This record gives sequence, C-alpha cells and structure tokens, in this order.
Amino acid sequence: MRKTKHTGRSLLAVAGLLLVIILLENISSWIPGLPAVFAPTSQLFTVLKKGAVYSLVAVSMNLLNGFTGLFSLGQAGFMLLGAYTYAILTVPMASKDQVYYLFGGSAVKFSLVDLFQSLFGNTGFGGYLSLICAVLVGILFAGLVAALFAALIGTPVLRLKSDYLAIATLGFAEILRAIFQWQTLGPITNGANMLKSFPTFADFNIRNGAGQVVLRLSTFVPFLAAIICIALIVLLIHSSYGRAFKAIRDDEVAAEAMGISLFKHKMLSFVISSFFSGVGGALFAMYVANAQAKAFTSTMTYEILLIVVIGGIGSISGSVIGTFLYVACSEWWLRFLDAETYIGSFKVPLLRSGFRMVVFSVVIMIIVLFFSKGIMGDKELSWAGIGGLLKKRRPKKKTPAGKEG
Amino acid sequence: MDEKIVLRMENVTMQFGGVVAVNNLSLDVPEGQIVALIGPNGAGKTTAFNCITGVYQPTNGRVSFKGKTMICSHPTGKMKKNYLGSDEKKFASEPIVNPAPDHVVKLGIARTFQNIRLWKSMTVFENVLVAKHMRAKQNVFSAIFRTNAKEEARMRAETMALLEEQGLEQYKDEIATSLPYGLQRRLEIARALATEPSLLLLDEPAAGMNPQETQELAEYIQQIRDKHHLTVFLIEHHMDLVMKISDYIYVIDFGSEIARGVPKEVQQNKRVIEAYLGVTEDA
Repeated sequence: MRKTKHTGRSLLAVAGLLLVIILLENISSWIPGLPAVFAPTSQLFTVLKKGAVYSLVAVSMNLLNGFTGLFSLGQAGFMLLGAYTYAILTVPMASKDQVYYLFGGSAVKFSLVDLFQSLFGNTGFGGYLSLICAVLVGILFAGLVAALFAALIGTPVLRLKSDYLAIATLGFAEILRAIFQWQTLGPITNGANMLKSFPTFADFNIRNGAGQVVLRLSTFVPFLAAIICIALIVLLIHSSYGRAFKAIRDDEVAAEAMGISLFKHKMLSFVISSFFSGVGGALFAMYVANAQAKAFTSTMTYEILLIVVIGGIGSISGSVIGTFLYVACSEWWLRFLDAETYIGSFKVPLLRSGFRMVVFSVVIMIIVLFFSKGIMGDKELSWAGIGGLLKKRRPKKKTPAGKEG
Repeated sequence: MDEKIVLRMENVTMQFGGVVAVNNLSLDVPEGQIVALIGPNGAGKTTAFNCITGVYQPTNGRVSFKGKTMICSHPTGKMKKNYLGSDEKKFASEPIVNPAPDHVVKLGIARTFQNIRLWKSMTVFENVLVAKHMRAKQNVFSAIFRTNAKEEARMRAETMALLEEQGLEQYKDEIATSLPYGLQRRLEIARALATEPSLLLLDEPAAGMNPQETQELAEYIQQIRDKHHLTVFLIEHHMDLVMKISDYIYVIDFGSEIARGVPKEVQQNKRVIEAYLGVTEDA
C-alpha cells in the first residue's frame, strides 16, 4: 500500500517538474520585463538542457560502475555511436548534399524525417508528428547500435577486471573516435567534418503559421526523454536483476555461488548501460545541433565519471544532482572567472579566460579529498528520507530552547 | 546398499603447479545423510569443495551428482607432463566437463563459505531474496516493466517464510554484516537454502563459534536437513560437532585420504590421531 502511494507521489513530482520546466521556458514570452535569466538565450536553459542529457549518461554510467561494480570508461564511445547513428538516420534528404558536400552526397539514401513526412505530411500537425516519430525511431536506433557494439565487445572485454576493463573500454572509445573520423568512411560519417541539419530540440518548439514560436518545448523535450530513460534504469535497479547486479558488485564469488551467472549479468548491465549511453549520445547531438567525432573524447568520459563520483557512486539521485551542479558550475556559475573584470579602474587579478578551469579543478580536488563518498554516498533521495530530514530538524531546534528553560 | 548416492567424487586430483592440493580423493555422499570431511589445516578440504562447486577445474577425476557426470577432467597440455597424481589414464577418453559455479548451483548444490561472504550493502532480507533470483521465471523486460509482479511477490513471500523459519525475521531490515557472527552464519545457510538445493555444502560452519553456539548449530543443521530433505556435506574443525552429527566421516591429510568410517571408528583411528596431534615419539 505504502509503495503505491510513493509511486503516485513520485509521478506527481515528475509531472510537476515537467510543468515547471514548460513554465520556465515560456514565462518570458508571456510576461514581458522579467530578468534576463528567463530569456530563452539565457545560460539557465543551456544548463538545464545539457544537465538533462548528461544526467542520463551519468546514470547509465552509474548503473555499470556503481551498481554492477564494472569500472568501464567507454561512455564517450557509446555516446559517439548513438550520436552518429541518430544523425546519419535523420539528416533530411534535402540537406544531405550540403552536409556531405565533400563526399558528393551521402551513401545512406534515406532519412527517417522524409520517411515519416511521406506518411504524415510535412506541415502543421502532420509535420510535428513526423518529427516526433523520426526523432523517436532515430533515438531508439542510436541506443540499439550502441547496445549491439557493447554486446560484441562485451564477450572479450568483460573477462577483464577493474583497471584492465577500464583500459580496454577506454581504448575501445578512442578507436571508435578514430574510425569515425576516417575519410574512407566519409560518405557515411562525413569523415572529420560534422554532421548537422538533423532535428534538434529547438525543432520541437511549436510555431504558428507565420513561423513564430507559440510554445517553447526545447528544454521540456530533453527533460522528458531523460526522465523516461532514468525511470527505466531505476525500475531495473529495483528489480530482481538490479539486486543481482548489486550482489555481483558486493561479492562476485558469493554471487556466483548463489546461482547468478556472472557473464550473463555483467553483459546485461553492460548492454543496457550502453543502450542508454547511446540514447544520451543522440540527445547530446540534438543539444549541440551537430555530431562530430572529436567531441567525444576521453575527457568527456572523465567528466561523466567525475559527476558520478561527485554525486555518489551507487546513487541515482546523487548522479542527477551531481550532473546539474557540475554543469551549472562549468557552464554558468563560474563563468565570471573567465571574464576580465574591472572594479573602477582596478583590474581584478587572476580573472582571465581559462581561470575557471583552475578554480574548478581545486573544487574537485577538495570534493575528492574531503567528501570522497560524494553528495549522496550510496543513499537515494526518497520521500521517507525527506520526511526524516524534516523531522530531525524540528527537535534540533527545540533542544537549545529546552536547555534554556 | 540401497541408499542413493547424491554426490560421488572419483579420483579427484587438484594440482596447482607442482603442488598437489587434493590427491586422488574418492568419496560418496548418500542421500539424506550428514557426511563430514575433516582434516588438519591445509589438508585440502576447501580445495575439494571448490572442485565440487566449479570454482576450480580439477586436474583429474570425476564428480557426479545424482548419478550424472557433473564435472570430469583429465590432465591436458603442459599438465600432462607435470602431472604428479595417479589415474591420469582413467578419464582420458572422456570429454572434459567443467561447469561454471552458477550452473552447479542450478543443479541443486548450494554452499556456504568459510570466511562469511554476505553481500555487505544489502539487508538480511535482500541477501536471501537475491538467492531466489536464479530460479525466478522472468526476463529483463518483464522485470523492468513489472509484469513479473506475481513472481516477485512469490519470491518475497518465500524469502520471508525462510527468514521466519530460521528465526531471522526480526533482523530482516538490518544490514547483513551488522548481525552478530553466529547469526551471519545462519543467514548464510538461509541464503544457500533459498537456492532450493538438494545438497548443502557447509564450509566450516562452526568456525569462530563458542561451545554453546556450536551446540545450537549441531541441532540446527539436523533440523534443516529434515525440514528441507537435504543431504549435507560439511567441512569442519570442531571435532565435537563432527562426531555428534555426522553419519560418516572422511579424513584427509596433505590432500590424500587417511581414514574413513563412522564417527566411532574414526575417533579411534591411529593415523587420524597422529595427523591431528602429531606423531608420538615414544616407541
């Protein structure tokens, strides 16, 4: 009984959050004269969009590293696969010649966008529906391709343990990055050039006949996608399989001795994690509006690993909170450190482009040294936890008063 | 003999490099009995267990479970030249069968560990529940989308029943490793029972227990044997426990069998006393 109540509350909270996102996006066009933060071009929305995308990737990495105990560093590789799959499948036919101009057009002679437009039409509601379908199918394929590659490399790679697994998966990601920049594959991957012109988050903004934006949904869409995917991962973790993953993480020998097939479950976790990384990659491509192999460096994997560590290894809510804090710091709150600032005629020392990263590194070092368990440890944000926190707060305030009396 | 043999080891030899840890060990575990494997420290008892459970592939020999070959091996490759045991020709014509540990569990052999191996981040309840995972009828998709709700409910109910039976229900939400030592051992046994075994392997179940706890454990092992229709094969150091509950005892030293028999016989066996207490110097 209590469980259904909590599920209901969680669903309500998610619906509320999505509503707030829609409100936040559109409030500046409904009420003029608001602070610049609410303008659609504000850093706030960059942070929200990137945060949504990164939180999905962080959670998928946490599934592997935090819940199954497999130290894998292939995240950027699977994101790359997802991003490219999505982009290749959804660049509209009309833009192909322009995108692939160095290679005289694309070898992929169809586009999901055109495919669905021929079904539902390309204007008004039909156009919107075909956009949704094309993006959905594209994202699904992005995940499936990443999962397929994970299944292929899983057999040899998952025999390795800890650091060796990390090195192998990191190598895999680097090899992929090199292959996707290979000129010979140009007609498919566009070589070292970027793929663009495919549907992005901005295309989801609802426009009127004159082409003006009526309702902004460009932040809502990544949130919705990330929430659905993270919800699926949470459901998995709380299922029988998730418990088996945790058993493998805690003690492989005991897990095997209790009938849990190590290979099967490690593979499962690896494939599922890669699927969602692929989906995350596709969303990332939509966010930056291009897909380019050189963006998916090992630095990106480290960034995500950092988020997972800051948030707490083995905590989904920790990963999500960690992502938004990290992205907000790196994209928004610490930006002022990069700008040359004058107070009167006095130039503030140290502040110049690049200083942000210095401060950022120090912050991270402090976190790793003094809060090595991360923000959440391996705990989850829960209704009971929030309730407990509120209850704990109350008597704390009362005790000093009691002592006085 | 009319008794059905549940577990049979034939000429099992386990050689690591130049060390023969288990040498030509043959034994039978009849259905419904409690059989003990004893021996001084380093005699190769746990290695013998690991050969049965698929953790190690024996160098030579066969292990059959309920009359079917479960594990079969003979020296291959480099080991052919370096093999120090005997009977290497006996199984040479048979195919090598080397199941993974989880496969062995699936056949119905569950084990506990000498140094307790509970899952440390999980509660008592979850520890037992995870062991139910193997026999659950479900797949990833039915687990994610909760269409296996009936199966999940059944697993939870069975887990709860098992905990109640073992007297662990009041600890169900505690972290497993926070329990007192004796209860952790009991939980390990409960977890092994959750895999629905017909043969239970206990690796030094009384290690680190005081005489009182050992006494309780002896009764407990007999109880679960009767209740779950188990055959029990155990390794033990505590002589009083072994003598009290075993129907039959095998004694090994330096990997080889030195004696076998019912407790009384073994107790009086000169070689056993020597192995345990050292050779008496008076002649």
